[in-house]
Amino acid sequence: MQFSEHWLRSMVDPDLTTEALSDLLTMSGLEVETCEPVAPPLDRVVVAAVLSVERHPGADKLAVCVVDAGEGATRTIVCGAPNVRAGLRVPCALPGASLPGGIEIAVAKVRGIESSGMLCSARELALSDDHGGLLELAADAPVGQSFAAWYELDDHRFLIKLTPNRADCLSVLGVAREVAALTGATLVPPPTTAVPASHDRRHPVRISDPACGRFTGRVITGVNPAAPTPEWMRRRLERAGQRPISALVDVTNYVMLELGRPLHVYDLDRLQGPIDVRMGRVGERLELLNGQTIDLAPDLLCICDERGPIGLAGIMGGESTKAGDATCNVFLESAFFAPEAIAGRARRLNFTSDASHRFERGVDFDNNRAGVERATRLILDICGGEPGPVEDLRAGVPLRSPIALRPERARRVMGVPVSDAEMVAIFERLGLHPETEASGVIHIVPPSYRFDLAIEEDLIEEVARVYGFDRIPAAPPRAPARMLAAPETQRSLHALRARMADAGFQEVINFSFVDAAWERDFGAGSDAAIALLNPIASQLSTMRTTLMGGLVANVKFNLNRGATRARVFEVGRAFLRDGSAVDGPFAVAGIRQPQRIAAAACGPLDEELWGNTRRNVDFFDVKGDLETLCAPLVPRFVPAMHPALHPGRSARVELAGEVIGWVGELHPQWVQDYQLQLVPVLFEVDAEPLQRLRFPVSAEVSKFPAVVRDVALLVDESIHAQDLLDALETDRPTSVSSLSLFDIYRGSGIPEGRKSLAFRVVMQDTQRTLTDVEADAVRSWIVSVLKQKFGAEAR
Amino acid sequence: MNDPLDSIVAQALAQFAVLEEPAQLEQAKARFLGKSGAITDLLKGLRDLPADEKRVAGASINLAKERIEQGLSERREAIAQARLDARLQEEALDVTLPGRRRGAGGIHPVIRTWQRVESIFRSIGFDVADGPEIESDWTNFTALNNPENHPARSMQDTFYVDAKDASGLPLLLRTHTSPMQVRHARTHTPPVKVIAPGRTYRVDSDATHSPMFHQVEGLWLDEQVSFADLKGVYTEFLHRFFETDALRVRFRPSFFPFTEPSAEIDMMFDSGPLKGRWLEISGAGQVHPAVIRNFGFDPERVIGFAFGSGLERLTMLRYGIGDLRLFFEGDLRFLSQFG
Repeated sequence: MQFSEHWLRSMVDPDLTTEALSDLLTMSGLEVETCEPVAPPLDRVVVAAVLSVERHPGADKLAVCVVDAGEGATRTIVCGAPNVRAGLRVPCALPGASLPGGIEIAVAKVRGIESSGMLCSARELALSDDHGGLLELAADAPVGQSFAAWYELDDHRFLIKLTPNRADCLSVLGVAREVAALTGATLVPPPTTAVPASHDRRHPVRISDPACGRFTGRVITGVNPAAPTPEWMRRRLERAGQRPISALVDVTNYVMLELGRPLHVYDLDRLQGPIDVRMGRVGERLELLNGQTIDLAPDLLCICDERGPIGLAGIMGGESTKAGDATCNVFLESAFFAPEAIAGRARRLNFTSDASHRFERGVDFDNNRAGVERATRLILDICGGEPGPVEDLRAGVPLRSPIALRPERARRVMGVPVSDAEMVAIFERLGLHPETEASGVIHIVPPSYRFDLAIEEDLIEEVARVYGFDRIPAAPPRAPARMLAAPETQRSLHALRARMADAGFQEVINFSFVDAAWERDFGAGSDAAIALLNPIASQLSTMRTTLMGGLVANVKFNLNRGATRARVFEVGRAFLRDGSAVDGPFAVAGIRQPQRIAAAACGPLDEELWGNTRRNVDFFDVKGDLETLCAPLVPRFVPAMHPALHPGRSARVELAGEVIGWVGELHPQWVQDYQLQLVPVLFEVDAEPLQRLRFPVSAEVSKFPAVVRDVALLVDESIHAQDLLDALETDRPTSVSSLSLFDIYRGSGIPEGRKSLAFRVVMQDTQRTLTDVEADAVRSWIVSVLKQKFGAEAR
Repeated sequence: MNDPLDSIVAQALAQFAVLEEPAQLEQAKARFLGKSGAITDLLKGLRDLPADEKRVAGASINLAKERIEQGLSERREAIAQARLDARLQEEALDVTLPGRRRGAGGIHPVIRTWQRVESIFRSIGFDVADGPEIESDWTNFTALNNPENHPARSMQDTFYVDAKDASGLPLLLRTHTSPMQVRHARTHTPPVKVIAPGRTYRVDSDATHSPMFHQVEGLWLDEQVSFADLKGVYTEFLHRFFETDALRVRFRPSFFPFTEPSAEIDMMFDSGPLKGRWLEISGAGQVHPAVIRNFGFDPERVIGFAFGSGLERLTMLRYGIGDLRLFFEGDLRFLSQFG
């Protein structure tokens, strides 16, 4: 909602500066987005009369004017404007004035004749782009007066960002009503006195659909369509962001802005037969005033005549019956349409209009007649004409039921002891006519212009707003102190993040929607991926089933910008279609949305420093990072293939028998396709299993020395270390406290196709020292188990 | 009479003083104190002396022997000390060389903010909740009192996905963290005191809007939790988050379907580059009775407040970051500043 301060102050003029007024509006819920002067300051620019004009002896296009600027003596001013003529009143910049474009006015000789000032166009004063000639002022403009004052340039343009509930403030009167309630200043609404009919011509109207609650109309004959819109009205419209069009249209716009009452003016002579307000029918078409032709539908309320639809009710009129340059007889419409019959329709048709903006939020259904009378008065004053009688059809306007406010509840919700009397006073200032019961309950019947008052909370909000949010104290919170300790066996995502950061990974945040190509290359397959119905871009069209795509892009982004290594991780959800997922307190049926932790690393393992390892990160580095992340949980790694990963360098990660993710080197195909200079190693695991820890159980620490035996065995190259370790888990002697693989050797002395694995077994008993015989027995057990199951040979 | 002994002692000490190796020192020791050493010889010669002379002479010789032994041990220590000094000097490092390290990782600045917000609210007993980002229409809109025809529900504002809920409505990407109010409240009983930080999505992408961003939702329901409490809690939060009392906070009336009265919260720094400007920081209000009913509670008994703030906004104000897009580009040069 945009309007000029002068217009507002013509209805309510509180003793407040512009800035204070702006603050007041903002703090009452009408947020002032901008408040700017309508023009820069124009010192030493005055209203002047051109007394005489003679051609410049040295230049055909220049005139030498004698000008009265109200100073007693006249001035001589050289002027080149085409419309300069004797008798004209124009703005005149006197020497010393500095104009908005940076022009400094001084006495100067123009082709040999001294000119002491400048007559100005609208553009030279930054009022508009019009540079066709001098800005012609009214014949009674007071000579010598400050132009800025006379032209109301000391005005401000207010732009208010209205919340959707405050449709009542979509007019200057609405804002004025609010200001009056907040300040106590007197409200002077514009006059809406009835204009008596001077003939009996009417136009018949029928309401066939109750979505049109009221239809008020009037015929006015013999108007002058060419009459110019008066300066004062143009000024107010322009400062409200409306472009003046023609007097008839300008009057309807003016009344809409002034009273919040949308009107429509038809060319009476182009209406064929009675007006009927009904729903559109399939197959009907309508050309709107904006040039758009639309197909009607049974949920689009229409204004029709005998030929069919001639306007979209409450949204926009039609081309066929619009008032134009030749319109002499008009029919004025001032209707009420139900918000739910208008809401969303204009948006569906891809436009918006001032009328639809108001009707879908709720328009006063009690000022139809006032709007007609106000518009009639203005049309008669500007365009002349003869009014017919006002016809007022009612098909049912919204009911306004009383709302009860319990002052005690209001105090409880607000947390401030506002007295009953103060609440009543607030309602009175808002014009809500409160009535108080003996019990103290206050009753309100919402006025026809308020569509946001229906329940007790709405009234509490009114009290709080007018009382002033800033007067409600900021209370220090008081509540019983409850301890909220997380279970010891639960690890937070933040703790896991800290581990990743400690392992040298930088956290990133990538979009949850990705390029469909990433899903194809790295993802779980198109069956599981969920597409967006309305993506903002094709590369953001699919919900990710894996975090890997984003991490590969992060690596590429940084390598392309000169990074020599990159270590990144992300914690976030993946989204998978899953028919077995059911609705739950924290779940949506059909879709799994697990939190994942994923990382990518490439380039030198360590920072390139004087003493660090000079090799690139490999599978086992990242696997180690993952193991550290999981610790104290111990994941298992099973050789398996994943579309994103190198088939011989990837493993499925399992924890307690459950698959939790993947680790591996990026597939060489993608390294090539995504043009990466280095090969990233990635992992991605579900976060939730890593958050569940076991409660630690204490065991006795042995006082007796441990016995250590090393066992080196030859096995086939194809045998996986994990299988050997698994085999040694079954029937493991109780004396074995740890068993680890400490060396792998291939080469000299080892047959082709075989490898040597060295295990270290540590044995200990809590009751006694183990003997060499016992230790050797365990060693033999290892050899025999592995020999039997894998054909291993002791070395 | 003592002269020969003194000269033996002097001779021994002089010999010891020039030796650098422990083995040589032991050999020199043998020359004086060994089986056929000078002192040993003298002691052997005592046999032939009369008893009283033997005692006097013996005492002198022993004195000389002790002096030699003391000289020997001093020299041993000196040699050991010199060797240690040499070794230490040899082993000295350029301790100014950088230590070996993998290179620091770090937490994303928005997550830093998330963690700070969590810890501040946990300190006054707020729980932390987390839930789905693909949401149902009911949880994201209807339960929060959003009318059916509301523009927020349009495809111009909300991302919809190719999947439907049980009632046939398309699922959507949550437009705010407020659905977590619904999910948390429906599984708890008052007092409900929770924050829900997380990812949110809106169809909007320009210099100041990202189609994905983060919010933190706060909800406190009990029998007497008022608008004044909201002002108290949120004002205190801003002071603690920005670690300064030199900022002003204002609440001004606004409108959201899920709260009433509703407020827009602005803050203004008293110093620094943003000094003197009101900055929008949060939307808040008393939870609407219809929403309380959708939580499964009786609005006559249970009241309270909710707020929602943008984590990117808080992060940008806190660290002086000018461009929202930096958060999602993954540029390590930018991100590593917050490690």
